[in-house]
This record gives sequence, structure tokens and C-alpha cells, in this order.
Amino acid sequence: MRAQVKRFPLLSRIFHWTMAVLVLAMLFIGIGMVSTTSDRYNMLFAVHRTIGIVILVLVAGRLINRLLNPPPALPSDLPRWQRVAAGLSHVVLYALMFALPIVGWAMLSAGGYPILIFGTLALPPILPHDVATFAVLRTAHSALAFLLFATFLAHLGAALFHRFIRRDDVLQSMT
Amino acid sequence: MSDNDLDPAREPAADTVTLLRRRPVQAAGIAVVLAGVAGAFLYVGGYLTPGRLGSDRILNAMEANAGGAHAGYRRAHAKGICIAGSFTGDPAGAALSRAAVFGGGAIPVTGRLAEGTPDPYAKDADNGVRSMALSLQPPGGAEWRMAINDTPGLHVSTPEDFYANIVASKPDPATGKPDPARMAAFLATHPEAAAFKARMQAKPLASGFANDSYNSINGFLFVAPDGTRRLVRWSMQAEDSFATLAPEVRKARSANYLFDDLLVRIRQGPIRWRLIATVAAPGDPNRAAVLWPADRRQVAMGVLTIDRVESEATGNCRDINYDPLILPPGIAPSDDPIPFARSAVYATSFRRRSGEQTPPPAVAGQSAEAK
Repeated sequence: MRAQVKRFPLLSRIFHWTMAVLVLAMLFIGIGMVSTTSDRYNMLFAVHRTIGIVILVLVAGRLINRLLNPPPALPSDLPRWQRVAAGLSHVVLYALMFALPIVGWAMLSAGGYPILIFGTLALPPILPHDVATFAVLRTAHSALAFLLFATFLAHLGAALFHRFIRRDDVLQSMT
Repeated sequence: MSDNDLDPAREPAADTVTLLRRRPVQAAGIAVVLAGVAGAFLYVGGYLTPGRLGSDRILNAMEANAGGAHAGYRRAHAKGICIAGSFTGDPAGAALSRAAVFGGGAIPVTGRLAEGTPDPYAKDADNGVRSMALSLQPPGGAEWRMAINDTPGLHVSTPEDFYANIVASKPDPATGKPDPARMAAFLATHPEAAAFKARMQAKPLASGFANDSYNSINGFLFVAPDGTRRLVRWSMQAEDSFATLAPEVRKARSANYLFDDLLVRIRQGPIRWRLIATVAAPGDPNRAAVLWPADRRQVAMGVLTIDRVESEATGNCRDINYDPLILPPGIAPSDDPIPFARSAVYATSFRRRSGEQTPPPAVAGQSAEAK
């Protein structure tokens, strides 16, 4: 690694890679659990609820960290549209990392479900029991999850583009 | 590749398309990585394997057999009525499971009594399966939900066989009834289902909801205070004495006679069931279609007291998913594969109906309480 690479602060990198693993796991667990009737269903659902709340806590801490420790600047010769796309995609990623756990929690509340995390800890409902609201939130949860996956793919593609096509320091700044 | 290759200063700023053209192998590699990740995502979601037995596929087949879904209603056990009361655990129950529901005090219960039909307006005389759904709500959130049937076990022991039965039961468009040849072929290849059919034909049908007993069907693990996990099935055994009605008497009764009778019965006083757990002996098959020998240890775990009955139109049970895997600490799923599939299918049924407008139920606007 060259000395002149301006990297993200260590805490930012820890947040990034921890949450990358958790978010990607959640996307795969989520789409997998709703497609199966196997004996993995219940375990996946229990893990999904728990990781969802963990992500909600982490993303709040991560946002505060980002405000305190701003990321390094993008390369100065990056075309304007890529600069704008990078900014927007990060706003979308943060918004969805907040929205998906909150929608999930609200959805289970509106559906009248108990919300157990870590197997035993019961979370309080954050919305009244109302199945019409449940239906809307349940659909929104899936739609937002697909949007998050699409945004993640764009993020991954952009990281690889910086590393292997532009050959700049953007990916290394997060490693 | 040398460090110089990575140095953007050596390369004049080029537009993005030029850069991609200059490095076609890398560009193709990135495309392959992205396509692989997207493909894996879709594969896990079942989008590339239409043969996978997902809950949507099971539910679609059930709805098709019923001639379409009844908007807003459960896709099975659609005709029902809400019940409420309490459950009081027994110390013998607390010895078998550390679930909070067996703690001893009376805890609130809501639930639903229903018939195993997809038609919320079916005639009661035409149905031979009744069910009880319960939500036991001890303080602290360790809720226990169950959906139990008055059948002697289940007709199948795996989700795959459950689906095969739905397919074999598909009504013939010419007659509106299942094709007897297909059904016979299914029973010939599924002896458990044939045995279940014989048990159902031999079983006298209870005259009402109140004197019927309901079985967990599936095996679950009760976790004792010392951590011992025991495979159990349980039943809610009616305190009201059993009676049955002759078929011709049933046919002459009103379309909603089971519900009318229940409303009359509750006005006479609370209706009680004893929760009896049956503990498996080592080697007992954990297959829903196979009954355990009658001499297995039985434990009286508590008493369910129902003192209120109310129409689904105003009651509290229609909007609840009685998912059999909503289990408190102290009760766990076993290796019986059916509850996992039930949980998944119930969730999909709940999802579908929750977004639909629900027309009034067959028994609308009525409620009654025990004196």
C-alpha cells in the first residue's frame, strides 16, 4: 500500500466492513427465508430479526462517526456525474440501512407479532396492531430490500471500477 | 502489476467509456462478479428454481383447489369465531416446560374456533374438521401461539407430501370433485394418508366446538427447568361431555349451527379444556401422520377457560396469525418438518389477506359471555 493513500479513519473502516457483512447476510437471509418451507425457516427468521436490530444500532453509531470523521475526498479528476452518483448512492445506502430495520420492526408491530431478538428479548411494538398497515409495510420491506440490493451492486461495481479500471485509491481508502 | 500501473498521475484523465474500452478484461471481470452476486441472490430467493416448494407455491395450489381465494379470509380454516378467556398452568406443566405460561397464575388468552374449510360461508354440516387457535399471553412477552385440530394426527408427515395431496385433490373441472383415480393413486403411494383417512372415518364427530378436543398434530420440544428437552404432543381435552349428532340431524341443522350452539353454550357458563401433554418414548416417530402408542406418559399441564365468544367482525382474532412457531422460551420446534412449512404458509396467507378488504363473516355481529 502506498503511503499517499488517504484512508478512512480506522473506526469508519471497522463500521464499513462489519456492516457490509451483516447487510449482505441480511439480504440473503431475508430472500432465502421467505422462499423456503424447510426447517431452516424459523432459525433464519429469528436471526433476521436479531441482526436487523443490530444493524439499526450500528448504523446510528456509524452516522455519528461519519459526521465526526468525514470520509476522504474523492479523486479530483472524477467526472461530475460519478461524483454525484457516489454522493446519492451513499445517501440511499444510509437511508435504507435505517429504513429496513425500522420498517421491519414497524411491520411486525402492525401485524400483531411478538418481536423477539436474541431468542428471548421482547421488543415493544412501535405501531398499533393494524393489518392494512402491515400489508403496506410488508410490501415496502421487500421493495426496499431489492432497492438496497441493487444499490449494493452499484456500490460493489463502483468499488471494482475504481480499483481495476480507473486504478485510483478509492477502494484502498476503505481497506 | 507495478505500482506505476496504479498511479493515476501516469495516465491522462480519460472519459469513462475510453477507460472501459482500454481495459476490456477487467470490465468483463467486474460484470461477471456483479452477475454472479445477483444470480446467487436470485437463486437463494428461489427465482431460478421454480420447482422449490415455497409457501407461495403451496398456497397457490390450495387457492386453486378452492376455486379461488376468499378476499380477506384465511386460506384455510376460513370460517371461525373469536374466543377469549384465561389459562392457568399446573405445577406438573412447569416441571415439563419452563415456559412462562406454566408459571401458575391465570394468564389472558385470546383465540379462535374454526372449521377446516377455505370457504368462510361453508355450511357447518359439510365440514368434518374443527380447529382451535390460541394466543397465550403471560406477562413479559413470552407469548405462545398454537393452531390445533380435532383430527387424529395429520394425513401426511412432510411438506412435500402435503403438497402432493393438494395436487391429487385438485377438482376435476367436469365434476367439481377430486379425480377418484388420482386420489386413489395418491393413497396407494402414501399409506400414512390412507391410514389417516381410515381413522377419520372411524372417528365420531363431536356435536359442537365446546365438547370437541383438539390436538397439536405436530411434535414440539418442551424444555424443563433443568434444561431437559422432551419431545411432546399435546391436546386440549374438553371438559364438556362428548356427544355426536347423526348425519341426518346435522344436515337438518342451520348453516351456522356450530356457531349458534357455541353462543348458546357460553351463556350457560365458562367452557373448559385441560391441556394434556403426551411425552414421546425413545424411538417414537416424530411424524405427524403416525400416532404414538396409547400408553405414553400423559401430563396435565393446565386448564384453559373460555368465557367470551365474539364474531370475527368485531372480535380480536381475525387479524392474528396463529403461527405454530410463535413459541416462548421453554418450548422449541422439534425435527418434525411440518411446523416450519405451516409457519411459512401461514405467514404468506396472512400477508395476502391482510392487504384485502374483508366482507362480513357468516356469523356477524354476535357475541356472548359466560355468566
